Amino acid sequence: MDDADDIVKEFLVESYENLDRLDRELITLEKNPNDCEILGSIFRTIHTIKGTSGFLDFDKLGAVAHVGESLLGRLREGQLTLDGDITTGLLAMVDAVRQMLASIEASGAEGERDDSGLIARLTQLQRAAEAPGQSAGRSEVKCEGKGEAKSGERAELKVAAAAAGAGGTSSEIGSPAISSPAILSPKTREAGLHTVGGATPDEPAPPEMVVEQAAAATADVADTQRGQPAARGQSASDSTIRLDVSLLDQLMNLVGELVLARNQILQFANSTEESSLLAASQRLNLITTELQEGVMKTRMQPIGNIWSKFPRTVRDLALDCGKQVRVEMQGKETELDKTLIEAIKDPLTHLVRNSVDHGIERPEVRRAAGKDAEGRLSLRAFHEGGQVNIEIEDDGAGLDQDRIRNKAVQKGLVTAEQADRMSDREIVNLVFLPGFSTAEKVTNVSGRGVGMDVVKTHIEKIGGTVELQSRPGQGVMVRMKIPLTLAIIPALIVTSAGERYAVPQVSLRELVRVESGAGRKGIEMIHGAPVYRLRGRLLQLVYLNRELEGSAQRTRLEAGRASRQVQAIEQRTAAERRDRDNQVVNKEVVNKEVVNREAVNLEVSNIVVLEADGREFGLVVDEINDTEEIVVKPLSKHLKNISVYAGATIMGDGKVALILDVLGVAQRAKILSEGREHIQSEDARSAAEDAHGRQKLVLFTGRGGTRMAVPLDLLARLENIPGPEVERSGNQWVTQYRGQILPLIRVSHALEERRKLPPGDDLQTLPTSDMLQVLVLEHEQQSFGLVVNEILDIVESTLEPQSPPTRAGVLLSSVIADRVTELLDVPALLSGGEQYEPVLSTQ
Amino acid sequence: MTSARQFCTFYLDHLLFGVESQKIQEVVTYRELRPVPLAPPVVSGLMNLRGQVVVALELRRQLELPERPSDMTPICLVVRSASGTVCLLADEVGNVVDVEEETFEPSPETLSPRLRSVILGVHKLEHRLMHVLDTDQACEVRVAGQVEAVEA
Repeated sequence: MDDADDIVKEFLVESYENLDRLDRELITLEKNPNDCEILGSIFRTIHTIKGTSGFLDFDKLGAVAHVGESLLGRLREGQLTLDGDITTGLLAMVDAVRQMLASIEASGAEGERDDSGLIARLTQLQRAAEAPGQSAGRSEVKCEGKGEAKSGERAELKVAAAAAGAGGTSSEIGSPAISSPAILSPKTREAGLHTVGGATPDEPAPPEMVVEQAAAATADVADTQRGQPAARGQSASDSTIRLDVSLLDQLMNLVGELVLARNQILQFANSTEESSLLAASQRLNLITTELQEGVMKTRMQPIGNIWSKFPRTVRDLALDCGKQVRVEMQGKETELDKTLIEAIKDPLTHLVRNSVDHGIERPEVRRAAGKDAEGRLSLRAFHEGGQVNIEIEDDGAGLDQDRIRNKAVQKGLVTAEQADRMSDREIVNLVFLPGFSTAEKVTNVSGRGVGMDVVKTHIEKIGGTVELQSRPGQGVMVRMKIPLTLAIIPALIVTSAGERYAVPQVSLRELVRVESGAGRKGIEMIHGAPVYRLRGRLLQLVYLNRELEGSAQRTRLEAGRASRQVQAIEQRTAAERRDRDNQVVNKEVVNKEVVNREAVNLEVSNIVVLEADGREFGLVVDEINDTEEIVVKPLSKHLKNISVYAGATIMGDGKVALILDVLGVAQRAKILSEGREHIQSEDARSAAEDAHGRQKLVLFTGRGGTRMAVPLDLLARLENIPGPEVERSGNQWVTQYRGQILPLIRVSHALEERRKLPPGDDLQTLPTSDMLQVLVLEHEQQSFGLVVNEILDIVESTLEPQSPPTRAGVLLSSVIADRVTELLDVPALLSGGEQYEPVLSTQ
Repeated sequence: MTSARQFCTFYLDHLLFGVESQKIQEVVTYRELRPVPLAPPVVSGLMNLRGQVVVALELRRQLELPERPSDMTPICLVVRSASGTVCLLADEVGNVVDVEEETFEPSPETLSPRLRSVILGVHKLEHRLMHVLDTDQACEVRVAGQVEAVEA
């Protein structure tokens, strides 16, 4: 009983593999109907299934395989030429066989099914082109004979192998014989086939070897017909074995343990003087590393395993859509971890379907556009920088950027203004947003539940990235970057609040150590949001200990202490703002003061610059320890829904450390809210706007105490500029600011009188003594200083227009902090009078 | 005699509890736990159990009993539950007892609702009552409310 089960199981596994190959081969064959080698391979597969099903008493399976085989026999004899109909018929047969195998796997029987329709169809196809004077019966017989001869040929290989072994000949002689069906040149192969069939008189005389094979075949026919079906399979099994995946998983876990033990021993050995222990631990280190690589390799699978299904998918889909598509593959042998292969299967399939359904145009459209009627879909895979790159490219119409833009605005995914600011690349990547689909009609091909956003989520879940490039009229390329394995990853170990955390190195960009004492460089605060100026860009900072607060579990005092320091700075900053006797609003000064007063150890900050979802941010930690290879352990389901952790690991000293999920941390810190903001602007400051449409505003007064505001995200700095430092340049007030010329605009003039004053008039009122309160604003790469009467506060407010704008240069009037306030239209101010035209900053 | 079952007993706030001995993988001494910020309060931390990372739950919090005095070192019951291998922190480990089905009774009405939801019933032992812990329930973290509270 068990034996029979085992045979069935083996039969199933082998047949599944063969069927997958069959799909691919049939598609290839359709393109090139005269390729006898492929035809032979298909024939063998079907014949094997037929033979084994007879042996195992699966009659229905046998019947279907039989007609399929007959049809293939006719093809091989050259009596039929493969066309679309026959291919479809054969594919239908493959599907039926697959269904029956699935049923056998599930229930042990073929199930109740009626394949007479399929059988009739296949028989019909067989007769359609039947040569006159040949009866159907005769043809059947002939095909049968063919099949035997064919299987005989395989049997002969076995014989050859056995002979080689028996004769004591070296394996160099034996192995070519075993693999000869694959190795024989197509020409020889073709010749061989025809010789066996004896169908084509104009073939050149077959080489001697083939004749021998044929002879051996005939001799062996009777023997093999009932015997083990897969001589080919046997020869393969000499060098490969089938393994249960769970065994490999177990092995992988053990190696993980070994890596940890190795780390512990290394740590211990390094702390002793014992040289023999050191030497032994070094050896252990090397061996473990090699073992780890070896075991990881066993889990590697070529990406071709999932690609092999695509030609069939594409063919069916293209037929449905009335399109012609050719699939090209490069780098099929590129390997990645089995679990990853599984994880990218669905996203890849979706992308391929998308390309065929939406990307590649119908033949007539393509011809009109001057392209080949047949579309091209290329799949490429290659290793690069420790990652696997997978590219899916079509030569279709590309993405319609205007349509995407409109759709995104219409669906409220971005505002029209944001959309206008976006680059083409940002626009096309909008399709990854949840709830986005531009398909004009719902077809049964698209809209199967996996949108592009799901593709993105899936890929990101396994630590990969996905991006899209579109060239209008020329096609779309989607590029995925996937890590090689998930089980063991390089990570940076950091300490925060006395606990160690591992940061996956994939997300790591750089490490910055900031000493607040050194000149102007330090952590600055924009209303409680800490930022750091990294090579001219503002990098938003996230304090790890603060993000991880709020837990009742927090027992460590350090966490509280560090966050109190930060809070103290904020309070101090706020107090400073209120306490305007001093008039010092330069946050850096405040910051420096506070740091000096409050906390010595904040003078040095360790910033880990990370990238999440295409956006950089700085993670402030107490200490940066080391990089290490860590073994990822999944978190129990109790902790699964805490998005800031990706897992746990065991450190060299045996203690547990948590692995941070960089994306989760960024989301928690609202650096990326809803994964949308990152496309609004590459600039970190726009995160000052929070998710609810509330905006942070800088309040100030103009002449006569009228209250005004500008969005905080335009604000680069607040400055006090002494009057004597203001100079005149052409029609402008300017000042020398950080090695640049900063144009100054007086808010009162800009608003009230700019149209009335003749150019240059206000220059007469150049201040000479007072300190000027200046908001340094940045808009579209331009910097300018807005001279105001008094800077009041920074508030957060929703902007609801309560009255129409009172004058030009004002966007709206609203009640902010209980007072009527005008929100300035900064771009309008900039483009206003000629005399206020700011020079481009050379930043 | 066929209805006899074996229980591993332990104490929590002077109450006697029992877990079916098949469900207990092992009892280990307390070791340093790695606290997990943002986790529900019931989660005491993560433990390295011979290379396996196991979550440790504080049974006292789980059963809404008073906090353990700070001078008392808990013990770890490693149980196999529906949520995987979990370490439950208890005060002290007791004997292994064999009990008959006849001594079993459903939980008394007087127990706190939380306690009642986590125990299957009580066994009347010779000298005292043994609360039978429902390990699947005890290893479950009531996530919804708590995590929201944390997020808020």
